[in-house]
Amino acid sequence: MSRREIPEINAGSMADIAFLLLIFFLVTTTMDTDTGLIRKLPPPIDEPVEDQDKVKQRNIFEILVNANDQLLVESEYMQVTELREKAKVFIKSEPGNESMPEFKETEIPQLGVVPVSKQIISLQNDNGTSYEMYIKVQNELVAAYNELRNEFAQQKFGKPYTELVQKSGSSELIKEKMKAVKKFYPQRISEAEPKKVGGAE
Amino acid sequence: MSKFRKKGKKGQPAVNTASLPDIVFMLLFFFMVTTVMRETTLKVENVTPQATEVSKLEKKSLVAYIYIGKPVKNLQGAFGTAPRIQLNDAFKTVDDIPLFVEMEKEARDEAERNRITWSLKVDVNTKMGIVTDVKQELRKVNALKLNYSSKKTDKISN
Repeated sequence: MSRREIPEINAGSMADIAFLLLIFFLVTTTMDTDTGLIRKLPPPIDEPVEDQDKVKQRNIFEILVNANDQLLVESEYMQVTELREKAKVFIKSEPGNESMPEFKETEIPQLGVVPVSKQIISLQNDNGTSYEMYIKVQNELVAAYNELRNEFAQQKFGKPYTELVQKSGSSELIKEKMKAVKKFYPQRISEAEPKKVGGAE
Repeated sequence: MSKFRKKGKKGQPAVNTASLPDIVFMLLFFFMVTTVMRETTLKVENVTPQATEVSKLEKKSLVAYIYIGKPVKNLQGAFGTAPRIQLNDAFKTVDDIPLFVEMEKEARDEAERNRITWSLKVDVNTKMGIVTDVKQELRKVNALKLNYSSKKTDKISN
């Protein structure tokens, strides 16, 4: 009697099938995790209230962007690449300088009572300003805050702010430190209602 | 000496490809797991601007997208070239945003409704007018956490 062997299934085409599937998923895959600048809008106001406490002019850093994407910073024409340095100087402020923002003694956990500058950045753009320019300005302002926070955190805690943020999930202390730095340089960007002089549709 | 010569005469043996399917399968599984199918088809041109200080959006399920831009080429005949808002799969107007916000909130767990990030995917060539209108509308319905979608770059120019 001849011994009949069960023939092996030919697996040679397995690779082809797998390749087919692979190519399908390669084509359909989108690996982009969304990145961007995260901002918070101010909560809605029910009825317009009169400005109860007028903010002093020296505490405001005024940025105007017109419909031609030109910048006017503190009544001075400027390129967007120069904005960061200028904003940093303003946010940091300087004790005793009359034209710079005032300081307010504030108690911050981890830091004790420290003078915090009362800076506010006011941003006004035109309806005809391009979105690209708007993002550039926003980006520079966020960068100014981030750089100052980094410098401050480095000096106080020996670590840059970005590192504190990354590790804030791992320990309560680091989180406290991060919050302290954030409180020392609070991000105050106020966006005024845009003007409609640029003639946008 | 003779040992080496013998080998040379036979010619090179074929590379064993038996493990090829395994390798391909490994890749396949990787892509299967990481793949996210596009839920919406873009009807507007959408090239997001570049920025240096971008951060990643962490929870994908807690992000709702609002697209703004010119209609794509083959829709320009019907819709013109003025920038438009796209919510989910259709062109909408600013007035439709409250409903959209409501629907998006409805689709999430109750505890997470206030943690939704509204990602504005706006084309670089758009003017601020329409963006501001959208922002005001979002503000009215208490959708305050925004993300200006932008790509990471090392340096921005003038």
